[in-house]
Amino acid sequence: MFGYYLDLALRSLKRNKVLTVLMVLAIAVGIGASMTTLTVMHLLSGDPLPGRSQHLFYPQVDPSSSPSQKQPFDVMDYRSAVDLWSAHRADRQALVAHATLKLRSPETNQPPLMAKTLATTSDFFPMFNVPFQYGSGWSADDDARNTRVVVISDDLNRKLFGGANSVGRTLQLKDSDVRIVGVLAPWRPSPVFYDVAGGRFSNGDTANFYGKPEDVYLPFGAGQDINPNSFEMFTCWGDDDGKHQQTSPCVWVALWVELDSATKASDYTSFLASYVAQQKSLGRFVHADDSRLMGLMQWLDFNRVVPSDVRLQMWLAFAFLAICLFNTVGLLLAKFLRRAGEIGVRRALGATRSAVFAQCLVEAGLIGVLGGIGGWLLTMLGLWLIRRQPVEYADLAHLDVAMFLSTFALAVVVSLLAGALPALRASRIAPALQLKTL
Amino acid sequence: MQIRPILSTLSHHKLTAVLLTLQVAFTCAIVCNVVFMVANRINRISVPTGIAENELSAIVSVGIEKGENAQARHAADLAALRAIPGVKSAAATSYSLPLNQSEDSSGICPSKQALDRAIQLNSIEGSGCVQPSDYDGTPGLLGTLGLRLVEGRDFQPDEYVSTGKPAVAIVTRALAQHLYPGKQALGQSMYDGDNYIRVVGIVDTLLRPNLRQPGVDGDSLIWPKLPGDSYVTYVLRSAPQDRQRVLAAARDALLKANPNRVINPKSTQTYAQIRAAYFQRDTTMIGLLVASALGLLFVTALGIAGLANFWVQQRTRTIGIRRAIGATRGDILRYFQAENFLIVGAGVVVGVLLAIGLNLLLMTHYELPRLPLWYLPIGALVLWALGQLSVLSPALRAAAVPPVVATRSV
Repeated sequence: MFGYYLDLALRSLKRNKVLTVLMVLAIAVGIGASMTTLTVMHLLSGDPLPGRSQHLFYPQVDPSSSPSQKQPFDVMDYRSAVDLWSAHRADRQALVAHATLKLRSPETNQPPLMAKTLATTSDFFPMFNVPFQYGSGWSADDDARNTRVVVISDDLNRKLFGGANSVGRTLQLKDSDVRIVGVLAPWRPSPVFYDVAGGRFSNGDTANFYGKPEDVYLPFGAGQDINPNSFEMFTCWGDDDGKHQQTSPCVWVALWVELDSATKASDYTSFLASYVAQQKSLGRFVHADDSRLMGLMQWLDFNRVVPSDVRLQMWLAFAFLAICLFNTVGLLLAKFLRRAGEIGVRRALGATRSAVFAQCLVEAGLIGVLGGIGGWLLTMLGLWLIRRQPVEYADLAHLDVAMFLSTFALAVVVSLLAGALPALRASRIAPALQLKTL
Repeated sequence: MQIRPILSTLSHHKLTAVLLTLQVAFTCAIVCNVVFMVANRINRISVPTGIAENELSAIVSVGIEKGENAQARHAADLAALRAIPGVKSAAATSYSLPLNQSEDSSGICPSKQALDRAIQLNSIEGSGCVQPSDYDGTPGLLGTLGLRLVEGRDFQPDEYVSTGKPAVAIVTRALAQHLYPGKQALGQSMYDGDNYIRVVGIVDTLLRPNLRQPGVDGDSLIWPKLPGDSYVTYVLRSAPQDRQRVLAAARDALLKANPNRVINPKSTQTYAQIRAAYFQRDTTMIGLLVASALGLLFVTALGIAGLANFWVQQRTRTIGIRRAIGATRGDILRYFQAENFLIVGAGVVVGVLLAIGLNLLLMTHYELPRLPLWYLPIGALVLWALGQLSVLSPALRAAAVPPVVATRSV
């Protein structure tokens, strides 16, 4: 029966080509716009570390002395971060601080460049599942002894060494020699979650959270030796002379911890509270009640990492799809009711209402499949256009299998929805009335 | 024109008429808001910076020689840059330029009392103190940028400092008004917490490196302070058509003067590129918004035309009968036009309400301002015009139905 309905649907679509093309085009454009924006949304709002994100937490304390402070800063001051890190109360913990440093490669004939550098600790690599191509991260011992070693990104390795195994080679970072111990495999977390901070101050312009990760990773202590007092600050709450970053009233170090169970997480929360209370009794802290431990995904939500423009584009695309849907409903209604006579004959010959309904739905579904193919092509076009935009997440915009399948699912669902009402009306046609006017 | 027969016909096609009305309503609501968003973004990206935008280029140099005397380096570099044919003038600044997103700002008060008030309030709000963006640079910066001095004078050579705080400053007219409302700002002494700084000049406009919110975006202050770091931005002024050539020559000249530096091609830009980069997000959104508004109108026009076509076909015989009993072509044409007018009219009424509702929703989620009411009648007129246009061809076809159809195939 389905084959017969399909045949009927094809015939009916062929009968009025212009109307068919219009309907298919309307669905294709609506689907194309929605799927392009939905794909971007899916890429930007996804879990950057599936399977591990629930174990990662972001502690915050409030070292400021300002009475009007209502919540902790987005990152920590040096002292609190290092105290919490060296307590080693979590399963794993990593400090994170940023700088852009001059980088030279004495062994190759490359011009010097400015490299985005992350000063961190050894747990960073296993904790965030960072993939290695050559070598490995450094050890906890290197953290303790401020060994001058670095891990470099695949990009930088290609630029400097043509992608060859560069472990053991020496680079000059700022004015110091550092030895490469590891080269990362291509790694592109979306967003660069461990760098996310300050999202609530960015007025929705958060595209920079989706840029490329750093090119150079080095032990936190070695970073302090190589680049003293020059790490990027988040903000200051008092006067900063720029010469004593570690004791300045400024926040610039972030701490990430891994806590493998809920009990450990609640233990860590109480540890954090006791640390803050102790600091308050020592007179270093004024606020003891606004320390915080957020999970990774919660932290991303708090920072509203998905750029507001991307959200707006998605809603716009869905509004567009809705209008296209209205259009299709109207056109299908016109189309089905025009065949009232034909349907009347079928009903008089014994077709049930549900048979007529099914026949009409098959026709609507066929339009949906055709619209889905068009929508898929338009989605590819849309993503290609996004890849050509100078935005940080441009290179991420690709259609994965799930989104590819959802394109068709959405198209068919939309067209069946659009077809349901007209099909219902068509199946309600009274045969006698139609036969009379034939 | 009789409305009653049209209404009674429509009541036989309730579902289709309602669908069309709803489609028009949603289109009206969305298009009104989209156009408003476009207008807002255009407003945002056309903000004047106050500098000679189409004559400027900037090149960032980062010296990597240890223990280099930065200021001597800058002086030598500037001499090399000024020697490039086509360069009208050149100056060095640390990193800030309007809209280049590298910002330095500090709190400044009109007087010491205002600062005490700010400390008491524990907030800068309501104290009279403001947070302007700071610009610094070598002598000749004002001329190179093309800033318009409206009062006072440019800095004198002995006022420039290489370390510490200068004793004088030039402020923008906007900053002068915020610091000293209703008073003469020239000659006043501002207080920054440690020093008094005398206002020696007022420039017309100089936008911040990062926009904050309307009203304070023009609060800038220029210090007679020489860039003291190995990281420096050279600003070049040339004829608009020379900019690309001058930039390439500047890069070569700088590397020739001293190869121990990093010049990132990404920060070797004409000012037009800096501005375009700042507003890139907005221009993309404007393109998308305009495209989707046009798309929506097009789809709605297709829907109207499609349904009108269907109705004309369905009513061919009725039209024939009307023509046979004396209706003119004009009557038939006007009938369909009036019918369309009524449907679109109903849609527009609902649409205006929806537009206001959608605007309220956007106001809470996207910080969009309130939709000015005059958008609504314009939106309504556009949709009416669109409806009439798309119904024209089916209506003309209906008017062309010959009366003889009435006598055929009963």
